[in-house]
Amino acid sequence: MIALRRLFLTAVALFLALPLIVVAGVSVNQRQSLAFPPQGFSLSWYGQIFTNPEWRNALIASLTLAAFSALLALAIALPLAWFLWRRIAPWANIFQLLGIAPFTLPPVITALGLLTFWATTGFYGQSWTAVISHGIFFVTLPLVTLSLGFSAIDRSLVEAAATMGADDKTVFRTVVLPLILPYLVSGYAFAFVLSLNEYIVAYMTVGFTMETLPIKIFNALRYGYTPTMASVTVLFLGVAAIVFGLVARFGDLPKLLGAMSEDR
Amino acid sequence: MRREPPQRPADYGPLLFPAGMLTLFFVVPFATMIAVSFFQREQGGFYTPAFVFDNYARFLSLFFGRVLAFSLFLAVAVAVACVVIGVPFTYLLSRSKRNIQIVWLVALLSILSLSEVMIGFAWSTLFSRTAGLTNLFVWLGLMEQAQALTPSFGAVMTAMTYQALPYTVLVLYPALVRLDPTLTEAARTLGASPIKAFFTVVVPALRNTILATLIMVFIFALGCYLLPQLLGRPQHWTLSVLITDQAIYQSNMPFAAAMAVFLVLVSLALVGLALYTGRQKEAK
Repeated sequence: MIALRRLFLTAVALFLALPLIVVAGVSVNQRQSLAFPPQGFSLSWYGQIFTNPEWRNALIASLTLAAFSALLALAIALPLAWFLWRRIAPWANIFQLLGIAPFTLPPVITALGLLTFWATTGFYGQSWTAVISHGIFFVTLPLVTLSLGFSAIDRSLVEAAATMGADDKTVFRTVVLPLILPYLVSGYAFAFVLSLNEYIVAYMTVGFTMETLPIKIFNALRYGYTPTMASVTVLFLGVAAIVFGLVARFGDLPKLLGAMSEDR
Repeated sequence: MRREPPQRPADYGPLLFPAGMLTLFFVVPFATMIAVSFFQREQGGFYTPAFVFDNYARFLSLFFGRVLAFSLFLAVAVAVACVVIGVPFTYLLSRSKRNIQIVWLVALLSILSLSEVMIGFAWSTLFSRTAGLTNLFVWLGLMEQAQALTPSFGAVMTAMTYQALPYTVLVLYPALVRLDPTLTEAARTLGASPIKAFFTVVVPALRNTILATLIMVFIFALGCYLLPQLLGRPQHWTLSVLITDQAIYQSNMPFAAAMAVFLVLVSLALVGLALYTGRQKEAK
């Protein structure tokens, strides 16, 4: 039985790892070919990401977009989650629903909605529209982690602070903020990593004027392969693994993903 | 500080920014899209305000019907494949040690966040002639000569399952972690084999969760856009691909918008169904 279990888990692990192993292999090819097993060993394709102006610009565009849009998502989610936790206002739940909708519906819908909107208002193609588009598209992630964080706060702590005469602002700064900080950070991390990798919303809103890394890879797929695509994929996977590893290290990942910590 | 209804207008202050942003940049674009779906298309990629049903009437063509049927079929196939692999996997995951769970969760999240472009690229490499799986088969003596496995339906299906599997596991995970371990213990004590206990106790106890997960993964797969394009032939294109194609390359925004509205209706109906089946579980 244990053997069977191990076999199954190994099969799933292999399925998940296989494409990544091949990509990692391709990324260290010496010559410009997509051979596997790699011919020779070279890290020059990783260097390309930072030295080739086209790839570097795409990297900078992606990082900037992710940093700002995740911040915007957080700025929208935090007051909303706080309000829903602090006040009894059932109709305000509609905004929570609106915050979760873009992520639940097929992404092409949000993308097309934003495309028609930016085209109608005349801002189509401006790079800041991508920040707003991603900020709205990914608001779900900090909203979900923050709602979880707020629901975990022991209300008697807040009560105690209020009894001692602290007003809303003081309570928020001294009690609430420290308690939800891990959820704030992980919400930002989730939105950041997903924005870094997002393709269709970015493509539909600023695809013709700005090249993010996923757009650059898509274009490279059409007009000639290069191992740089593989090295970018490995780099992004590494970034995601480090970010989520840190979230797991400093927070409770199983709990964050919906498992009750008491159960373990 | 208890929860209390807002008393003064100032109490609504914090809601101002989130509500404004969501309304302006989600509700308004959404409404714009619906409006455009009724607009009249002009030559050269322009469109004028009107109220016509032409764009919706185009659905009734045979071509559109085929694409829609294929999209639904593909999404169902991916959802079933993911749940068949995902349920036993998540069950085993939820029963393993906490440290092992965390390593798996980090790996799953990393793969889930990987761009669809990169997943498509990775699988097209794995299925290619020069760097692909078939080289391994040749080396093992199972095959005469390396060959390309794309474009094909199998390639699209495999890559989409790959993309949706981490999502499936993360949707199932909370329910399976909370599943009472004494249930299976009881079955084991009464002499059932672990596999029998899994199928006769775990699966029935999770029937509604599994159904809701199927629907969630179905919607996820319905939104898949790049993989059919990168790994399939034009007959493997889905509704999502068609919408983008119409919007960007054919410059027919009204028709793209009409298809998107239709996709929203299908998705919303299914989300409603998923929520309803989820509710059922609590009611029991």
